[in-house]
Amino acid sequence: MEEKDIQNELASIRSIMERSSKFISLSGLSGILAGIYALIGTFFAYRLIYKGATRIYDSLSIGVYPDTITYLIIIAVAVLAASLITGFILSSRQAKRKGQAIWGKVSQALFFHMATPLVTGGLLILILLIRGHYGIVTPATLIFYGLSLISASNFTFSDVKYLGILEIILGLIAACLPGYGLLFWAIGFGVLHIIYGSMMYLKYDK
Amino acid sequence: MNISFDKLDKAFENRVRLQIMSVLAANERYDFNSLKDLLNITDGNLASHLKALEKEEYIVVHKSFLGRKPNTNYEATAKGKQAFKDHLNTLEQLIKQQKLT
Repeated sequence: MEEKDIQNELASIRSIMERSSKFISLSGLSGILAGIYALIGTFFAYRLIYKGATRIYDSLSIGVYPDTITYLIIIAVAVLAASLITGFILSSRQAKRKGQAIWGKVSQALFFHMATPLVTGGLLILILLIRGHYGIVTPATLIFYGLSLISASNFTFSDVKYLGILEIILGLIAACLPGYGLLFWAIGFGVLHIIYGSMMYLKYDK
Repeated sequence: MNISFDKLDKAFENRVRLQIMSVLAANERYDFNSLKDLLNITDGNLASHLKALEKEEYIVVHKSFLGRKPNTNYEATAKGKQAFKDHLNTLEQLIKQQKLT
């Protein structure tokens, strides 16, 4: 065995350890696109909310525009759905290239660890919305999304953990500054995704 | 100190066996089908290598059922993990040694 053979052997061990325990086919490009969808979504939401003289929180608290909130939920769901579909398509493509199963042991673990905080947070937000606590939505979505990223980071690139920490910090700041929800959403789901997606794209997609 | 290739574990001479141990070093447990997909080898091939590792007492088998389907999981033993570590150390030292000469 030559030195090069041993180096190859060690490299193959490292690669198989990584591939067996982490979903390394997460697409950076889908992160960038998810960020763009989020910015488009916030743009429409902004136009919807700020067309009058009053801010959404003032009007919602007295319940003048029940339609507005329905539109906002539609926008949010559309952004979420578009992001998930894009993420799924691009990651399957990547998985095929890297020889990893799109729905295998690791991606299932990733899905479970990401979905638990997300579904918990989603249901809690829904309950609070029904009870009229509109102000909780932005901070809670950012915080629970951040938690789900940290939880998921054990099963994919560990860089995802830092994005999770940033989302949580942003969510806590948003909780201190009620009324600026859209701005924080645009930063958390739009800008951060674009920056992180670009970094991941350059680092891993190639 | 001179390290020879004899120090390398014979059980890991085969690539597939070394790969299996790598997976079981990185994961607590791994099931047969996921291993097969990951290593991209046939049932028979994988089974024979798993048998060999089991015989060395490097891995243990856990058999259970998922509904009606049998689900076989593998786990590295302490002995197996140590052997894997030693093997990696030996490989590392071989590289160092060859760099010196």
